Amino acid sequence: MDRREFLTCMAWAGTGLAWTVGGGVASSAVLGTPGAARAAGTFSFVQISDTHVGYKGAANADPLASLARTIARANALSPAPAFVLHTGDLTHAQKPGSFDTVAEALKDLKTSQVFYIPGEHDVFVDGGKEFLQRYGQGTVGQGWRSFDYQGVHFAGLVNVLSYKSGGMGALGDEQLAWLARDLEPLGASTPVVVYSHVPLWAVYPAWGWTTADGERALGLLRRFGSVTVLNGHIHQTLQKVEGTLTFHSARSTAFPQPAPGAAPSPGPLTVPPDRLSAMLGLREVRYVETPGPLAVVDYTLEG
Amino acid sequence: MKSRWAGALAVALGAAVGLGAGGARATSSSQVEIHEFRFAPPDLTVAAGTTVTWMNEDEETHTITASGGLFASPGLEHAETFARRFDTPGTYRYFCALHPHMTGVVIVR
Repeated sequence: MDRREFLTCMAWAGTGLAWTVGGGVASSAVLGTPGAARAAGTFSFVQISDTHVGYKGAANADPLASLARTIARANALSPAPAFVLHTGDLTHAQKPGSFDTVAEALKDLKTSQVFYIPGEHDVFVDGGKEFLQRYGQGTVGQGWRSFDYQGVHFAGLVNVLSYKSGGMGALGDEQLAWLARDLEPLGASTPVVVYSHVPLWAVYPAWGWTTADGERALGLLRRFGSVTVLNGHIHQTLQKVEGTLTFHSARSTAFPQPAPGAAPSPGPLTVPPDRLSAMLGLREVRYVETPGPLAVVDYTLEG
Repeated sequence: MKSRWAGALAVALGAAVGLGAGGARATSSSQVEIHEFRFAPPDLTVAAGTTVTWMNEDEETHTITASGGLFASPGLEHAETFARRFDTPGTYRYFCALHPHMTGVVIVR
């Protein structure tokens, strides 16, 4: 077993455990069956995050090259993902031209649609004006949206527009009121996927890795039988299970960051060149009709 | 690091002297380093007319953004600086717009 397989198995194992807790379904029967992903009522989608186009630093000499490898991995997935979620920080510090560069690079993604939410790097210069001009179509408020796909309800939340001194991510009253209205008509058996840039739960508040009013959003979600909460921002995989809610942080395609509290600061983590690929990657999420949580597989760029 | 600071200082002093030449105010300069996601010193007290220069020692991009919106730097890459002259006494709180847990204050007397 090489390292990539090992990491994949680790992700499966973690998910399998969650599955058992959440739905009582034998994880191996669902996750290990080759034909399961092609059965009726199943689909998959891909999450990429923190592409940081424009980053120039020691942690990755060529973020566009690792993004291209990420896209190649996504394009090689079978069955092909139904769509792609980009969970923010498309650019690094919103430098002029960066949005054009990332848009050009992502044209190589073989998918029908990419749904975007911003990270703080995409909005801090102009309050999200350019981002919304480019990616705001079909969204409400300041870029949030929901949609349904094959019986699964998706909600993309924006928690980077009200950064304040000493603060952290926040959703705001308007977005929370919208979310409450959006979820209200749904039955508790509807599978829900919520995605944001900054974690909605308190991963590490000392580094700002939390959302001030995230708990209010999670409170609206607890009545559902299966809720998958995806985020980026922290450039590493991290899972948590809390009742019917499963939380998954995604890797960056550009550079890793240290584990919470493992370094003096959350700055880009420079690792030996031969280790970098194992710390970058993408995520495939497979939906199989079952009462349990979704299956989440994280792939690194290694191999 | 020393040589970069010397260059930044020269620019800041030059700007301060240039601005001060037309008026009677005393000019001086002061520095804040950004290191490991912290402003050092986080609290800085200066006389009115002082130009404060921030230098980003981190690999990560940071900003100097006034809490009330009075001023905001662009994203500062490694070794880049931002300078602002403070003429009016008061308390100027600021933070990094990308990492808002980073905060600092300039007190102008």
